[in-house]
Amino acid sequence: MGKVAIVDSGCANLSSIHKALLRAGITAFVTSEAKAITGAAGVVFPGVGSFEHAAALLKQKGLDEALLQCAAAGKPFLGICLGLQLLFSCSEEQSSATNRLPSGLNVIPGKVIRFSHGLPVPHVGWNRAVPRYRHPLFEGLPDGAYFYFTHSYFVQPENPGHILALAEYGHPFTAAAARQNLMGVQFHPEKSGPAGLRLLSNFGKIIADPDLL
Amino acid sequence: MLAKRIIPCLDVKGGRVVKGTRFVNLRDAGDPVELAAFYDREGADELIFLDITASSEGRRAILDTVRKTAAAIFIPLTVGGGIDSVEFMGELLQSGADKVSINTAALKDPGLIQAGAARFGSQCIVVAIDARRVKSAPPEAPCWEVYSHGGRYPTGRDAVQWAVEVEKLGAGEILLTSMDADGTLNGYDNALLAAVAGAVSIPVIASGGAGTLQHLYEALTLGKAHAVLAATILHYGAYSIRSIKQFLSEKGLPVRPVNRYAFNYLPEEAGA
Repeated sequence: MGKVAIVDSGCANLSSIHKALLRAGITAFVTSEAKAITGAAGVVFPGVGSFEHAAALLKQKGLDEALLQCAAAGKPFLGICLGLQLLFSCSEEQSSATNRLPSGLNVIPGKVIRFSHGLPVPHVGWNRAVPRYRHPLFEGLPDGAYFYFTHSYFVQPENPGHILALAEYGHPFTAAAARQNLMGVQFHPEKSGPAGLRLLSNFGKIIADPDLL
Repeated sequence: MLAKRIIPCLDVKGGRVVKGTRFVNLRDAGDPVELAAFYDREGADELIFLDITASSEGRRAILDTVRKTAAAIFIPLTVGGGIDSVEFMGELLQSGADKVSINTAALKDPGLIQAGAARFGSQCIVVAIDARRVKSAPPEAPCWEVYSHGGRYPTGRDAVQWAVEVEKLGAGEILLTSMDADGTLNGYDNALLAAVAGAVSIPVIASGGAGTLQHLYEALTLGKAHAVLAATILHYGAYSIRSIKQFLSEKGLPVRPVNRYAFNYLPEEAGA
């Protein structure tokens, strides 16, 4: 298996995900170079913080083009938390400067919306993700395995077929999304114990054999 | 629905775990990294390191311990003890902690909670509250006073009011210790837990008094706690995390099962 690029957009502590990938048997490197990203065998795209800020940083560093190239080239791609949200068209998270909704990479149609059901936000803790269909990313994991979440917004794909797994917090929400080579999880696999490591190692298997998808 | 969490707490001093851990069959049960990895494998949902070193050398040591531990575990790690500035919070989070827990410094300067939450997000900020029953209060209307400096000094603050205030200031979680119950093994102060949990919407972690599995269950039901801190009950080998979770699960509480999903978790197993 070739090396996996962990995209450093300047807004996340990447050492946990790096260590978790290594433990899952995946050789990875942290980079903010467009060339290194497009040349990698697979892409892991983590992120925390504000959607708008992160989207702006991607543009500034010219990484948005590199990520779009990887997406179009069919390269296995795993967005984590904000990295999942940035695959979508736009976020409800209000833009500070303009009245427009800040836009993401728009490789999965849909938007990012905030929990507004009166339960405590952010949604923090261990919750169950139930895949809606068989997918190699969840191979070997039972329906409803627990993963560690910490977020205030969640994604809402336009096409329900892009919802890979659902979790429940006041109402069902998308815990994982997938569109061909593009995969994303709202939870943090690097903080989710053996279930998270299993999911990462499944991602490694997909990179080794993209026909699994 | 969120799982009820079991959180082992390790007292760390100068890079070593102090007290407890008599049963653990490790090469070095005083090594926080090895013990943390052990509890991760055992099914702990999170870990808390309480740094009981007061010196500035101790601060360097805890950063080093956090760095090494974060590389070895794959569950969230909270660090508390002597944190009194946003800068130090930042250093701990940068070293791999997922949350920081503040206590005395927040009582001295409640603005620290606000500053930490604004900089790192509420989900990173745990406020620890040490409370003791007010002896003069009537049993039908109990109240609790907050103590500072590891329970040494009364502050005159009411525990429930302080909990409400820290939530407003941006705390993401409350670690609530009953000083009356702590060390007794007679059960948590469930009235205190329920009073605080009923007054705030953020999660409350119960601490102090657990001696049996039933005590843990009661804290999570009668006490309305979202999580239980386990120190003595685990370290002295009375119960394993697996047995705790099995008990709670049989009682109908949602817990994350201890399951390795065929994942080779130990590096030595990976090569085997």
